[in-house]
Amino acid sequence: MTDAAELRRRTQELLAAHPPADTGRADFLRARFDAGLAWVHFPEGLGGLGAPRSLQAVVDAELQTAGAPDNDPRRIGIGLGMAAPTILQYGTEEQKRRFLRPLWTGEEVWCQLFSEPGAGSDLAALGTRAVREDSGDWVVDGQKVWTSSAHLARWAILIARTDPEVPKHRGITYFVCDMTDPGVEVRPLRQITGEAEFNEVFLTGVRIPDAHRLGEVGDGWRVAQTTLNNERVAIGGMRLPREGGMIGPVSKTWRERPGLRTHDLHQRLLKLWVEAEVARLAGERLRQQLVAGQPGPEGAGMKLGFARLNQEISGLEVELRGEEGLLYDDWTMRRPELVDFTGRDAGYRYLRSKGNSIEGGTSEVLLNIVAERVLGLPAEPRTDKDVAWKDLAR
Amino acid sequence: MSDLLYSEEEEALRAAVRDLLTDHCDAAGVIARIESDAPHDLSLWKSLADDMGLAGLLVPEDRGGQGATHREAAVVLEELGRAVAPVPYLTSAVVATEALLACAEPGDLLAGLASGRRIGALAVGLHTAPGAAFPTVRLEDGALYGELTGIADAAVAGVLLVPADDGGLYAVEADAVTVTAQPSLDLTRPLARIVLDGAPGRRLGDTEPAVRRALRAGAGLLASEQLGLAEWSLTETVRYLKDRKQFNRPVGGFQALKHRLARLWLDVVNLRAAARGAADALSTGEDAEVTVTVAQAYAAPVAVRAAEEALQLHGGIGMTWEHPVHLCLKRAKADSIAYGTAGAHREVLAELVDLRAP
Repeated sequence: MTDAAELRRRTQELLAAHPPADTGRADFLRARFDAGLAWVHFPEGLGGLGAPRSLQAVVDAELQTAGAPDNDPRRIGIGLGMAAPTILQYGTEEQKRRFLRPLWTGEEVWCQLFSEPGAGSDLAALGTRAVREDSGDWVVDGQKVWTSSAHLARWAILIARTDPEVPKHRGITYFVCDMTDPGVEVRPLRQITGEAEFNEVFLTGVRIPDAHRLGEVGDGWRVAQTTLNNERVAIGGMRLPREGGMIGPVSKTWRERPGLRTHDLHQRLLKLWVEAEVARLAGERLRQQLVAGQPGPEGAGMKLGFARLNQEISGLEVELRGEEGLLYDDWTMRRPELVDFTGRDAGYRYLRSKGNSIEGGTSEVLLNIVAERVLGLPAEPRTDKDVAWKDLAR
Repeated sequence: MSDLLYSEEEEALRAAVRDLLTDHCDAAGVIARIESDAPHDLSLWKSLADDMGLAGLLVPEDRGGQGATHREAAVVLEELGRAVAPVPYLTSAVVATEALLACAEPGDLLAGLASGRRIGALAVGLHTAPGAAFPTVRLEDGALYGELTGIADAAVAGVLLVPADDGGLYAVEADAVTVTAQPSLDLTRPLARIVLDGAPGRRLGDTEPAVRRALRAGAGLLASEQLGLAEWSLTETVRYLKDRKQFNRPVGGFQALKHRLARLWLDVVNLRAAARGAADALSTGEDAEVTVTVAQAYAAPVAVRAAEEALQLHGGIGMTWEHPVHLCLKRAKADSIAYGTAGAHREVLAELVDLRAP
């Protein structure tokens, strides 16, 4: 059993053998992975020690104290949060050894090729085709959208249609796609904020060896559930101080600039302040439930609340700023590596938060999920259940 | 950070109270009772207070109580809210008891209230927010004169805690005053007018700190009652809509209704966090003012909307006197005024967190 003391000892050994001050960043990260201290809950030989996930904090704290570099997790969130758990669960030994180490060190960035112009909320209806050749390898044609980091990525997790003759959930297969293949074209997708956080990805005759398939042929929808469930885990669980979210900047403006205040805005600000504080408490309660090992259904709704609050608060802030609310900080088309929801002006926050009720599941779909899975209300009629994918309306 | 969960003991307490209410406080019984001469259920009160010892939760053991905290009292109130139980728990076991706890000379009254054998009512209008002004009676030659209105549960109180114009809070026996029921929106927590015409009183202590403490605890724990109301409204409506069929399908399968119920569920999840936050903050004293104010600024609109949605989504049956949804609606609406409206609490909050008016 690997306990906290053992992890501390191993961390100190790593630091002694590879002093951060004299070791290159990439070398240190590789050594950390090889010592099993990357993600301690992963198996030995794959960056972990099979220890409880909660003990990762022990390692992180020791390394932080020693001034060791980290793997900049925000930059490689899709790899860490979505690709890695899926590869771990469904990958072959060879796939795990090939992909996980450079994924974790950040030497290879990952992106996710799931959504399509014709498959948003109804992701399982996706139409990107993967056709198997006599050699056993695959050729992929289609279009993906809303792909962050595609222009930086070495690899992608991809779901594609391998059998159009069966109902939609059954004819999908999950692949690892090489983003340097000449058939992959990445185009920035400019958003209403002016920047291009995401990309469109066009796949034309992209070749994928069968060795880069994850899971069985036709089982891709089930494999994708692992990816998507881990996305939800990654989104929840943050601990915020009071005024820690979008309510912070508008409260600051209110305090610092009495000249902007009106009675109407005051009432609306106070209502939103209360709602933001209550949402923070609800998030904290959810966190306490998880820590106590009593996960409840409450997590299903957190994103719904935050999306609406972010939109209302940022909308109020634009209005509060009056004449300045008519201005916008910068419309330059950029491709940011990281998204900072609170880093820019109120106008940016207002526009960006419009995406909060669409990305990661629209609010309307999430309301269905809450109604059906939490409240047990009847499911939506499923007219596509027994229809071959090729015969679906589109 | 406060503990927002329920402990195992708190869940056991909830189960015990719910069992009692299931057996002795069904909606039909409450509906029959509210128009009678005795709208309060004193036999249920005896079970809660005397048999289960729940009236003394907030009173230390060495003063005759159970030595528990606001966290446990909040769980009791959640369950009483779910049942819209006509018992003076919030008014006597919380508000009057907290007032006495702040008094220098409560005498044996505190133990009396803690045992549940005596029922007390703070003679301050139910609508009064913590920190707001309230009327007092005149003290003249050691006797009290005046009239006070809007006093909740005064009809069953044996003793009234009356603020007088000398800044003192006085214990006045109910049989020394005239108590007249006021026709009330919420028939399960009826209001009364009290007329004092030379009533003798015993000075308990200073009014201001006692009333402030009492109303703050009342406001904070009212959020748990409101949570119980909202939860009942949601649960009952979901149950009904799974069962009720129109157009050859369960009504709960229509997306317009599913989304309304899902939104309500989200609000109830949030209200639970706010109410637990308030109960925990009252028990520790840490950050209590802001946390209670936030809970009260949030709770009332949610509880009222939950009851209103329950009525609308039940359709015609929800409009009948026979169906219990009106008990919940009337209690929720009355609660939205009790111990200060959401707006009054937002005004207080503006000062507390420095978001001042123009």
